[in-house]
Amino acid sequence: MNAEPRDGAQTLLKCLEAGGIEVMFGYSGGAALPIFDALETAGTKIKFVLARHEQGATHMADGYARATGKPACVLVTSGPGAGNTITGIMTAHMDSVPMVIISGQQVTWMLGKDAFQEADIFGITMPIVKHSYLVKDAADIPRVTKEAIYLATSGRPGPVLIDMPKNISQGPCDAPLDAEIDLPGYNPEKAYEIDSKDVEAVAAALAKSERPLILAGHGAMLAHAGPELKELAETARIPVCNTLLGKGIFDETHELALGMLGMHGTAYANKAVCEADLIFNIGSRFDDRIIGQPDKFGKNATIIHVDIDPSEMGKMIQPDLKIVGDAKVVLAELNKHIKALPTESWLATLDGYKKRFPLSYKIQGGLKMQHVLDVWDRLTESNSIVATDVGQHQMWSAQFNKSKAPWNWISSGGAGTMGFGFPAAIGAQLGRPDDVVIAVVGDGGFQMTLCELATAVLQKLPLKILVLNNHFLGMVRQWQELFFDNRTSGVDLEGNPDFVKLAEAYGAKGFQIKRPADIEKVLTRALEYTDGPCLINCEVVKEDNVFPMIPAGAALEDMITEKPKHRMEKPTGST
Amino acid sequence: MKNTIETSDRPVTITIPEPEYPLHTLSVLVNNKPGVLARIAQVFSRRGYNIESLVVSPAAEMDFSRMTIGARGEESGLDQIKAQCNKLIDVISCYDHTDDAVVSKELALVKISVGASSRGEALQIAEHFGCKTLDLAPESLVFMVTGDSGKLDAMVGMMQKFGIVELVRTGKVVMTRGNGLT
Repeated sequence: MNAEPRDGAQTLLKCLEAGGIEVMFGYSGGAALPIFDALETAGTKIKFVLARHEQGATHMADGYARATGKPACVLVTSGPGAGNTITGIMTAHMDSVPMVIISGQQVTWMLGKDAFQEADIFGITMPIVKHSYLVKDAADIPRVTKEAIYLATSGRPGPVLIDMPKNISQGPCDAPLDAEIDLPGYNPEKAYEIDSKDVEAVAAALAKSERPLILAGHGAMLAHAGPELKELAETARIPVCNTLLGKGIFDETHELALGMLGMHGTAYANKAVCEADLIFNIGSRFDDRIIGQPDKFGKNATIIHVDIDPSEMGKMIQPDLKIVGDAKVVLAELNKHIKALPTESWLATLDGYKKRFPLSYKIQGGLKMQHVLDVWDRLTESNSIVATDVGQHQMWSAQFNKSKAPWNWISSGGAGTMGFGFPAAIGAQLGRPDDVVIAVVGDGGFQMTLCELATAVLQKLPLKILVLNNHFLGMVRQWQELFFDNRTSGVDLEGNPDFVKLAEAYGAKGFQIKRPADIEKVLTRALEYTDGPCLINCEVVKEDNVFPMIPAGAALEDMITEKPKHRMEKPTGST
Repeated sequence: MKNTIETSDRPVTITIPEPEYPLHTLSVLVNNKPGVLARIAQVFSRRGYNIESLVVSPAAEMDFSRMTIGARGEESGLDQIKAQCNKLIDVISCYDHTDDAVVSKELALVKISVGASSRGEALQIAEHFGCKTLDLAPESLVFMVTGDSGKLDAMVGMMQKFGIVELVRTGKVVMTRGNGLT
């Protein structure tokens, strides 16, 4: 019955493959040698992509998962290799992204003895993983691998780390490949058992509402609840706003869509939150970036919260009604009880706000990030996959790149990780090779992970890298201008390289946009170029500010739509 | 208010700060695996809860451990702590027994400094509390006392006059009465 003898590493790869892992991003090293060898000997179909830095590998796996809904694997060595994954694991954890991280480790008898490249990565990552394993017996590999994939993808998804000592991966493993999951404390199936009384209570509250508002978050996306959400909104005539990570779960070009709410959300979405008599949160965790001042958020509204994670209930906002469960199941049940609501005057009010406070920018006065992003949105008919970095360009991209479909918007929300966008775009393009993928990055964040240009070129990915280059850390500079008397400290990126030449040095195509008149022409050429990655350097105006803006910790009604004449107090809430 | 105990023989001072928040007792059933205690401790420390007592022991079923955690902190944070503990993959259940009908017991070892002249009085007090004398030496006594935490506090208070040299308390363990689940 026993087939060919296997070692632990070969067993690991066979189990990962059986669990549905198709792609692995990583970087080699001593303690991971047996696993890298098994990539050659185990006869696996898993595609391995060599990154140029472990952080890049984690963001690639992250972008792959956010574009496909499928988990990817990260493979790194011990010590510094594992240490370099921290930012990527944290980013995935904050945004509930499924990921399985395999780290090589010192041999078991050297653990705790400060051996070469030994780091207690199991301990270091404890607060930023959904779960983690240190494998000390090769017989556990099939069970641990199956559990890790199951944990990463079920319930509220998240990263799971498997620390694999070298003697375990190198040693023999004759355990059967299929093992039973043994997780007595983990019951994600409960999320699919909804109490119909709870749903009826929500339906009754909706029926009484005159100014209802749906707030759609990432949880709705992860539950694939798009069709049910659309049915609810259209049947009951309820307007929908979305979080940054909820972009695309409800078509932002739909007549009932208000777009993104929050700190840099649309004015009409934030006004809707202020004036709604009912806020129906589906799969958002009431992040501080969308609620502003917690005790003022929705103070005159009935708050309904649907979330798969019980610990989100009342964490930030105490709901009047709550349902712990999968958004798709809850909405499917709810839709049985829903009729059209008399929301015509409410919708008319919001339409008025849309006309009075549209997202806007001035075409005159130099090249604007907003203008470039707006043209891209038009040329691609809002159908490209947009992976952003973090900062001003991210917020403008969220405003001007409309998301029509789920899984097309990839952005680090909770963690706000600079350096995320470009490698995430690589992962997205690998997962969806036939779609147009653009990495929208600033000159700051791009320089944190630009070594992955080599990865993108080697993989011949036709992705576009849009560098919105203002030679500044623009978002921090904006805060310094508004709240710190314009003392620009530590934000001037003097010494930026020539990004076009840099791209060419890596073997990628480089484009340049310096004037508004060039935007459409150059972006069209970039779209036509599919022989590999291309970089478009945009020399945008140095100083520009993202509006609307709700200063951190302020109430949503304190939103500003332009730079105030008077000096502003430093924000006291959040960061 | 500070309750300071000065001892005569050895300069040991036991300071019991006046608690700012009421004590909560959580009973947590967990997988008996390495790292579980660290995961739970992180939940408490991140949210500013001070773990006052902690008892870990094997549970009735093999593979599981029972943790009884006494902790103080803001009332509003406790629901979040319970939810975060329950969210841990290694946690099977987490109950707050603060207001439940439970039997609650704690054990303390108390070493006092006492010579022949006041030994009789010390033994009399010990007998009143149902203590067991574990060690009797020319200049010291070690008592074991069990009961609810209030009784232990009272016993420790009465022994202060002799000079408490060392004090070790287990922290309380609880179990629900009747058919309730701990």
